[in-house]
Amino acid sequence: MSALLDVKNVRVKYGNIEALKGISFTVQSGEIISLIGANGAGKSTTLRTISGLLTPVSGEVVWQGKPIHHMKPHDIVKLGLLQSPEGRGIFANLSVLENLEMGAYTRKDSKEAITKDLENVYLLFPRIKERLRQQAGTLSGGEQQMLAISRALMGRPKLLLLDEPSLGLAPQIVETIFSIIKKINSEGTTILLVEQNAFQALKISHRGYVVETGEIVLSGKGSDLLVDPKVREAYLGG
Amino acid sequence: MVDFKRSILMPVLVILVCLGIDYVVPEIFNPYLQTLIAYSGINIILAVSLNLVNGFTGQFSIGHAGFMAAGAYMSAFLTMTFPHWAGPIVGLNFFFNTIAGGLLAAAAGFAVGLPSLRLKGDYLAIVTLGFGEIIRVVLLNIEAVGGARGMYGIHHSASIFWTGFWVFICCFTVTRLMNSTHGRAFLSVREDEIAAESMGVDTTKYKVRAFVISSFFAGVAGSIFAHYLCYLNPSSFAFMKSIDVVVMVVLGGMGSISGSFVAAIIITLLPEALRPLQEITTIDFRMVIYSLTLIVLMLTKPQGLFGELEISDLFRKYVKRHS
Repeated sequence: MSALLDVKNVRVKYGNIEALKGISFTVQSGEIISLIGANGAGKSTTLRTISGLLTPVSGEVVWQGKPIHHMKPHDIVKLGLLQSPEGRGIFANLSVLENLEMGAYTRKDSKEAITKDLENVYLLFPRIKERLRQQAGTLSGGEQQMLAISRALMGRPKLLLLDEPSLGLAPQIVETIFSIIKKINSEGTTILLVEQNAFQALKISHRGYVVETGEIVLSGKGSDLLVDPKVREAYLGG
Repeated sequence: MVDFKRSILMPVLVILVCLGIDYVVPEIFNPYLQTLIAYSGINIILAVSLNLVNGFTGQFSIGHAGFMAAGAYMSAFLTMTFPHWAGPIVGLNFFFNTIAGGLLAAAAGFAVGLPSLRLKGDYLAIVTLGFGEIIRVVLLNIEAVGGARGMYGIHHSASIFWTGFWVFICCFTVTRLMNSTHGRAFLSVREDEIAAESMGVDTTKYKVRAFVISSFFAGVAGSIFAHYLCYLNPSSFAFMKSIDVVVMVVLGGMGSISGSFVAAIIITLLPEALRPLQEITTIDFRMVIYSLTLIVLMLTKPQGLFGELEISDLFRKYVKRHS
């Protein structure tokens, strides 16, 4: 079986600074993959390259056998790769419902299907339903994160790209968010997760990659990485 | 079936109302007030259309007068050269000439928008300002449209009816647009371009779209202006005209159609309403008071008269509070 997403030796530069020095990894259909690493390791850069916001200097991003690294972000979204951007990127002045509807922007199917997906989102995040008419900017950080994930789900992603979903959230909410991510995956959505919170991320991941200064230094099964002495020392506090 | 009835009823009703106003206004108001009403209408079209770019899509354009000029000159030129090309009815000729003016303005908007909308904020403002001036200077140097002397003797085809009609078309188009999926795409571009891209919105395309639609209505407003005043001069479309429109949009509230509507009327009428004061004091305090009023309004309500709300929202709030 060929990979859903295949990142091959991708190099990305910001001006003269080489942020990614040849990163390669694969995502198989149905998996949760996490990229973990410290600040500035290049995790978000990787995600932004996949979603088309950045263009690699060399290397390839292949989606279901087709190279996508020269496509525009809005065209990549139409292929089924949806990103929940870092810092959430919700539309603060629009209502929660309008945000969700924006998520379904690329879809051409019926209103009923969209309503059904909305119901599904309410099941995952009951909090969102309570806040539908509210301006999205007035939500708490955790709720905004839930909204960002729900919004991406409204686009029926084949692959959901999550950039630091635990950023700035209380531990208890982080716990909730991760259990929901696991649930979304069990319902059939493949997930690529970028996280600093290595412990939580690896716990729910099938496989993980450790990124350090623009390179992948370690990879393996989530459960293996969790007990790997090097990972434990560097990211899990010994 | 209901939709069909509504879709017929609406235009008929609008035309009847406009005809009614067209009949009543000259009976009640003197020509001076009639002109003010027509100018209010023209300014409403300008403000509501600019709001689409500045308010809803979040791009800062200050070249609206340039597009207005393009539409004004195009339609006036057609009226002068081919007075009866669309048949013997004057109004129909004016209608088609106005659309032609709007289309030229839209084309100009496309030509300006496509390269410049990749810019943001101040840079975009300067580029649009530049293009607005270019259109004006080009017109100033075309002998066929009168050059610096201007174009005179244009048929007085723009009645109160046509002004009202186009005000309706403009407000209706923008309202319906903003309540559609496309409307939400415009808003998403304003809110967060990266997030909009990651939702699958082609941000450049939407910015250009907003710009083209907005320019079209600026051209329409120009055409009405030309056929109401019966005289055109490039200096009517200088930089200050663009600024006037921006002031209307900001005063009314960026992203509120009702706001632009009301603000356009206020900005048109306020300097005129202050005229008696000048007669009493014999000094022209008019513009000083006008500017001070604007400053006070912006200080007390920085988000504009309506903020982002519409009249219907305010009404709903009022009803809620009193029930």
